Amino acid sequence: MRNLIELVGRLVMHFLTEMGRVSFLFYNVLKKIISLPVEWQIIAEQMIAVGIRSIPVVLITALFTGMVLALQTYTGFRRFGAESLVGTVVALSMTREMGPVLTALIVAGRAGAAMAAELGTMRVTEQIDALETLATDPVKYLVVPRFLSGIVMLPALAVLTDIVGILGGYIITVGLFGVGSTSYWKRTWDYLKMDDVYNGLIKACFFGAFISIISCYKGFYTSGGAEGVGKATTGAVVLSSMSILIGDYFLSVWLF
Amino acid sequence: MIRVVDLHKSFGDKKVLDGVNLEINDCESVVVIGGSGSGKSVLIKNVIGLMKPDKGSVFIDDVDIAGIDNMDKLNEIRKKFGMLFQYAALFDSMKVWENVAFALLRLHRLSEYEARAIAIEKLKSVGLVDVEDLMPAELSGGMKKRVGLARAIAHDPEILIFDEPTTGLDPIMADVIDRLIISVRKELKATSITITHDMNSAYRTADRIAMLYNGKIIETGTPEEIRNTGNPTVRQFIEGRAEGPIHIEGAGNGKSLGRV
Repeated sequence: MRNLIELVGRLVMHFLTEMGRVSFLFYNVLKKIISLPVEWQIIAEQMIAVGIRSIPVVLITALFTGMVLALQTYTGFRRFGAESLVGTVVALSMTREMGPVLTALIVAGRAGAAMAAELGTMRVTEQIDALETLATDPVKYLVVPRFLSGIVMLPALAVLTDIVGILGGYIITVGLFGVGSTSYWKRTWDYLKMDDVYNGLIKACFFGAFISIISCYKGFYTSGGAEGVGKATTGAVVLSSMSILIGDYFLSVWLF
Repeated sequence: MIRVVDLHKSFGDKKVLDGVNLEINDCESVVVIGGSGSGKSVLIKNVIGLMKPDKGSVFIDDVDIAGIDNMDKLNEIRKKFGMLFQYAALFDSMKVWENVAFALLRLHRLSEYEARAIAIEKLKSVGLVDVEDLMPAELSGGMKKRVGLARAIAHDPEILIFDEPTTGLDPIMADVIDRLIISVRKELKATSITITHDMNSAYRTADRIAMLYNGKIIETGTPEEIRNTGNPTVRQFIEGRAEGPIHIEGAGNGKSLGRV
């Protein structure tokens, strides 16, 4: 019994310490975003790594998600003659939920892992120390650009996901099941409000912040050589994904 | 001038530095020797402000670097430093010349053209030609160290810090690096602090040698004085014997160990 209490206590302590350190890094990042000079070149490189290079996998995922949503919804809705509402369901699900969450999970696996691995390697090979000895603030040089690219590129990718997902739904509903094209679009636009899209994008923005801060934190405080880098990378993906799914609930409560 | 005053640093229960006092005069080369885990790295990390001591001060020209909380002020002082890392710590996402020119481009705001020219010049001064456009991963260990040295001296620092400069190199390359260290120090008229456990290297490059043991500097002296020291702990270290006042857990055949 005592062991159990000790274990729970240790876990809680560990969790609180981690949260504290993540918050401290976040505070540091916010403080340094506005300070000059702006690292344009690194920000651009990171935007390409996080955003542009994620486009192919995001597009494929969005297309198939839209398609499967339409497939499942159509099969279900036909039972009570509501086939015409498939477009609405696809559009609402994609913009409010699937777009931002799927994009974020993919980016966490791709770019979040890369951030943790790169910063972790830089830490264990003393490159971060070397930056400091060259009078360069590693938070400003390494973390701020990754954070900015996260909060900018996630919503941008989510817009793509929304559009391609809705197209995927269209392909299945109109192409496969023969619902009229005009009716599909009409139903989609009738019930979709711009707020649905905006709120989805706000979520994506938060997810971008979660992924970049958590992954950079894991990388930045890596210790223990190659094994440590591996652990940091795994930890970054797991923690980012959890924070996306848990954060999604609370953001949905708040926004919708 | 660098003055380390009563420096303490612990990690958990482990006291690593337990009141270190050390003075390094301008243009002097001090080599700190000591076994693995004796706290040499912790000492230099405190000197350059990568770590904060629990107690004590490190004065760089009368400014206490341990007392500075502001990153900008700290970086201002760090511009006086150049550091060569044990495994060179080159930025592996950048070409060799960009590594060397890092401080010139960022801190001194030189144009790429000027910075590249200086980088090539510095690379030449450490005996490297036609490597400027390679990536660090394409270099051998000895070349990486030399690029690291070129990066450390690129912005003409007043203080040079060398972290185990000859570790992991063959004896000939170690001598090459030592000679380069001596020549760049002369050229820059720089103060330097080196940590090493390579005694040959220490004798070659030091004006003064200091031995760190049990978190304290137990002896300082010229290479000649250290060579002829009567201190049994220092003798054991410089002669490289397993038996002596320094206990190594689980070393050798056990019998003679721990009892001496």
